Amino acid sequence: MSSLARTESPVVRRSLIGIALLYLVLFIFFPLFIVFASALQKGIAVYFNSLINPETLAAIKLTVLTALIAVPLNLVFGVAASWAIAKFDFRGKNFLLTLIDLPLSVSPVISGLIFVLIFGLQGVFGPWLRDHGIRIIYAPPAIILATIFVTFPMVARELIPVMKAQGNDEEEAAITLGASGWKTFWYVTLPNIKWGLLYGVILCNARAMGEFGAVSVVSGHIRGLTNTLPLQIEILYNEYNFTAAFAAASLLAFLALLTLIIKTLVEYRFRAELKAVRKEREH
Amino acid sequence: MFLLKQKSTLPGFHLSLGYTVFYLSLIVLIPLSMLFIKTSTISFSHFWSVVTAPRTLAAYRLSFGAAFIASVINVFFGFLIAWVLARYSFPCKKIVDALIDFPFALPTAVAGIALTTLYSSNGMIGQFLYKIGIQSAFSWTGVTLALIFIGLPFIVRTVEPVLQEIDPEIEDAASSLGAGRFQIFFRIIFPAVLPSLVTGFSLAFARTIGEYGSVVFIAGNMPGKTEIAPLLIITKLEQYDYSGATAIALVMLIVSFLLLALTNFAQWWASKRIGMS
Repeated sequence: MSSLARTESPVVRRSLIGIALLYLVLFIFFPLFIVFASALQKGIAVYFNSLINPETLAAIKLTVLTALIAVPLNLVFGVAASWAIAKFDFRGKNFLLTLIDLPLSVSPVISGLIFVLIFGLQGVFGPWLRDHGIRIIYAPPAIILATIFVTFPMVARELIPVMKAQGNDEEEAAITLGASGWKTFWYVTLPNIKWGLLYGVILCNARAMGEFGAVSVVSGHIRGLTNTLPLQIEILYNEYNFTAAFAAASLLAFLALLTLIIKTLVEYRFRAELKAVRKEREH
Repeated sequence: MFLLKQKSTLPGFHLSLGYTVFYLSLIVLIPLSMLFIKTSTISFSHFWSVVTAPRTLAAYRLSFGAAFIASVINVFFGFLIAWVLARYSFPCKKIVDALIDFPFALPTAVAGIALTTLYSSNGMIGQFLYKIGIQSAFSWTGVTLALIFIGLPFIVRTVEPVLQEIDPEIEDAASSLGAGRFQIFFRIIFPAVLPSLVTGFSLAFARTIGEYGSVVFIAGNMPGKTEIAPLLIITKLEQYDYSGATAIALVMLIVSFLLLALTNFAQWWASKRIGMS
């Protein structure tokens, strides 16, 4: 860092830092500030009162239920996918990685639309589902499906680089010494990847609870029944009930901040672990 | 299709890969293919009339145009922020670094109402912008501002690690051979980060063209003027015009896939360069 060629004059350095910070304050800090400021502008009592509104509570319940189903499913997938991708060398790996990331490049509205095309009244299974009295679209099943689709790669994306960085040596040693595959995974791999896994789950959960576009398309916006927390925020906001909208929004903003704190801690932990691994190899 | 290149002592390859492909097909590939199957049932003339209708074209222009402008602005400032984070130390740097990911972690609906409150005519920033004649909400400008917020982490997070990896010794060598600071920047640093700038740009662009939640509140939603393409899809769906919605969605999806190909190309380009040096 102290290399001569890299030191700009203090004036240049300070003004670059200044511009960067100004941009971040304008575009990141202000939106964050405004959520909590608007939520609390009428005092703490109004804040809590607007959170225990029955419709908001029902929305929170549906949001938690959705995350409770979507996150574990994507967690199992994430572990399986990263085991296959990080531990083995096979043809078509890059293609598989691109396919796994696909939901990230699809517009959330399109992510909802594809489930309407399958389960909607004019969709493939629509008439059959109607005849058998099964509701998927405009009901929680479609909300959960759309959420699974949108958060599909979240755990896998975090886990693959972590598992790759750990290498195969420890697992190979365990297998050679006679441990079973599951035992090896449980006692050797899992302790090594636990921080990356934790962050992947937290991020996946934050995205699952906060998904708006895809869920908005398939939900039908039935109050107290098919509204998740983000949809409830939209309704409150459009009714000019700003304090209640921001109070509900502050819960999700808080979740986002928590996610960032855990991410920072995990990166810190992981960096320390990685350094230790490297040092051991050098010796 | 997926063949193991060399035998491994580790077990579970077929099980983990099999489950990966099964779950991927069930959740992503089959549902996504519905869009193409549905399109194949629409006659070409109907498809063409939907995607070239003035209202559709205006929505594409807004969604693609604002996303493009926002991504270009973010490439400049994202690079600057990555530079500052990778090379300088200043107070609260850890917190600033963590906050970069905030737009990525914040639910889009929350971002949408926060940005609208901020930029509307009596908002904290909007009141000043309106005074100097910039209509920062319910307009093209508003859409662009929201997309700047959404796209920023993609650029910073792709460029920052590349900047950190540049070996100081190369810069020292160039300097001792008589290169000036600008020469070092344009001959050494810029070529090294260029692939990551392209990757970051296409990631941000891909993410922002389809963006809905953070934009729909600040957009104004006037058909033909401030209506974004994803909203037009929802409007068509609400009118039970499934084929219209599908046609508009397909064009957006194809653009996203082209950007994904560009991203993969930029990454391949970057890895080839590293291999060379």
